[in-house]
Amino acid sequence: MVEPLVHVEGLKKYFPAGGFLKKVWVKAVDGISFDIFEGETLGLVGESGCGKTTTGRLILRLIKPTAGKVLFAGKDVTKLRGKELKAFRREANIVFQDPYTSLDPRQTVFNIIMEPLKTHGIQVDDPEGFVTKLLYEVGLNETHLYRYPHEFSGGQRQRIAIARILALRPKFIILDEPTSALDVSVQAQILNMLKNLQKKYGLTYMFISHNLGVVRYMSNRIAVMYLGKIVEIAPAKTLFENPLHPYTKALLASIPVPDPEAARTKPKIQITGEPPSPINPPPGCRFAPRCPYAKDLCRQKEPKLKEIEHNHFVACWLY
Amino acid sequence: MSAEEVYEKKILDRFSDALIAFVVKIITLFRKDWAKRNKSRIDEWRLMLYALNRSPIGIAGLVLGLGFVIVGIIGPWIAPHSYDFSYIMATGKFKEYYLAPPGTGGALLGTDDLGRDLLSLLLYGARVSLMATVLVLPIGITIGIIIGLIAGYYGGAVDEILMRLTDVFLAFPGLILALAFSSALTQRIALAIAHSQFLTSLISSLFGVKPVDALNVAPILSIIVALWIVWWPGYARMTRGLTLQEKNNVYVEASKALGLSSPSIMFRHILPNVLGPIIVMMTLDIGGVILTEAGLSFLMGAMVKIPDWGAIVQAGSQYLVQGKWWLVIFPGLAILISVLGWNLFGDSLRDILDPRTRRSIEFKIKKRKKIEKGEKQ
Repeated sequence: MVEPLVHVEGLKKYFPAGGFLKKVWVKAVDGISFDIFEGETLGLVGESGCGKTTTGRLILRLIKPTAGKVLFAGKDVTKLRGKELKAFRREANIVFQDPYTSLDPRQTVFNIIMEPLKTHGIQVDDPEGFVTKLLYEVGLNETHLYRYPHEFSGGQRQRIAIARILALRPKFIILDEPTSALDVSVQAQILNMLKNLQKKYGLTYMFISHNLGVVRYMSNRIAVMYLGKIVEIAPAKTLFENPLHPYTKALLASIPVPDPEAARTKPKIQITGEPPSPINPPPGCRFAPRCPYAKDLCRQKEPKLKEIEHNHFVACWLY
Repeated sequence: MSAEEVYEKKILDRFSDALIAFVVKIITLFRKDWAKRNKSRIDEWRLMLYALNRSPIGIAGLVLGLGFVIVGIIGPWIAPHSYDFSYIMATGKFKEYYLAPPGTGGALLGTDDLGRDLLSLLLYGARVSLMATVLVLPIGITIGIIIGLIAGYYGGAVDEILMRLTDVFLAFPGLILALAFSSALTQRIALAIAHSQFLTSLISSLFGVKPVDALNVAPILSIIVALWIVWWPGYARMTRGLTLQEKNNVYVEASKALGLSSPSIMFRHILPNVLGPIIVMMTLDIGGVILTEAGLSFLMGAMVKIPDWGAIVQAGSQYLVQGKWWLVIFPGLAILISVLGWNLFGDSLRDILDPRTRRSIEFKIKKRKKIEKGEKQ
């Protein structure tokens, strides 16, 4: 069996949400487990507020988990301190969704890219040449060296953010909706660039997005999240061809088809209503209140992730 | 588009260009590639100065404010007489020089009840006021910024403790505290000065007084110490608020993910981004310190034996009823002009440093240029 690069087990994050007499918790991530193998891209999809981004931040120890563990190359990230934590920061990183605030507006591109190197005490003989090379890798050039972030477009800023991370030669990068703030034409460029970089440097990605098309294009395997839980994990192709969980089916059915004929014949699974509050999730399956197939069992007992086919896990009482 | 292309230049703009070119040249002497690497920043400076040049009130304020600083520095050297020179003692003509009106035999602004030259007193007094601001503000601001940054960045319990501490200090009534301090501290400070050769010479050169009189600076020093205590909480609160706001920007989290330590995130990334409003507040506070210091030395009057604007007004106020107006009006004007200058400059600095209002100033200038061009065609 191949050791996974990232192994997540029973990860939980509860945020305090006021409450006067009794403490109330928002269960943003509520006990998830999955593996990410070296060189692959794991897609993480789900609607807004289901805990995708929180999962990413937990894996990188940007916030402390309430419970559970994250193993990165065998080491428990949640217990790292001091030097070890810093070494981990060199190997795993994140590209954020909003390119407009992810760069310090008072630093030139050169400083932005050099700073992580200085922080980790990495010496380069020719800083200017080093940064220029990196800029070329992400599709920019030396004329951009001494400019400030506000002089760039969103796509260019995202490229700078990627170059800044590449400077550290990481193994694992979390891409937190890296293209959702960009124009469609720019999105494609950035995605292709990310794919090329992955091939070139043997990077491992976790791709967080709510855009199913993009996730399908980028990922080897896809995990579907709903209200702090993972409901289905499968290889990308399998998931799209044979979705098992009703929520996944509904998600796939919601992709607009640009052909009215095909749209009419497409299987329709519609879900109604809003996702329940993460403060007080329903007992049993969290999707049960909105699920067209819900049985009594679904409302009482929580389903566990089960391997239905090879590599295809689903948490649903229907299977 | 660089700054040169957009603006039609006024004489002041040429002057600012020359100023920036000079500064850049000096920096380039020490760091070779600086100009190339900071082209965008230099352009930004230029735009700021152009915007300032289009604010007559700001320029007036800057001139008055800088005037105060320059007079404060060179005052003791250009004063016609020493601060302890008395026309009465020098000439023996008591009747002529006792409270002589402006213009009497060499005394341009008149003399006080000891026959001292008022103009010289005011010039020496400028140094005292300047030293008060120089000693109070940087220390108060540094304490305030550090506490505010830490409270805002860490949040939670740290924030709670630091901010309640700040509240305690904010609750001190500044003037009363300063008065209490001056009565409690003056003697000790005076003793310390008397016992130390170094302190004596340092204080006499800083405040422009003779070494013999260094002891008499003690009341002013105790005012300064009191002002340290009451001046930082405002900055701590402001910095905390700005930090809380700035912390929400993703670059803070990105820096953390890259492995930067909390202090370097705070001081290298957050601080430069929140400095604008702090600088504006500091500029406005220069006037505040001058005023408070003058007010306190006015209240302490007789304790202050060295030329201080507030003390001069206090000493002169008893002769006001006799129609000897110059002892009150001239020092009052000196205070008014320096405070007003910095306040005016601070106000226009706020507009210049805030990118939104600056853009609107720039927009106005550009637009006018376009209209003029259109008319020509």
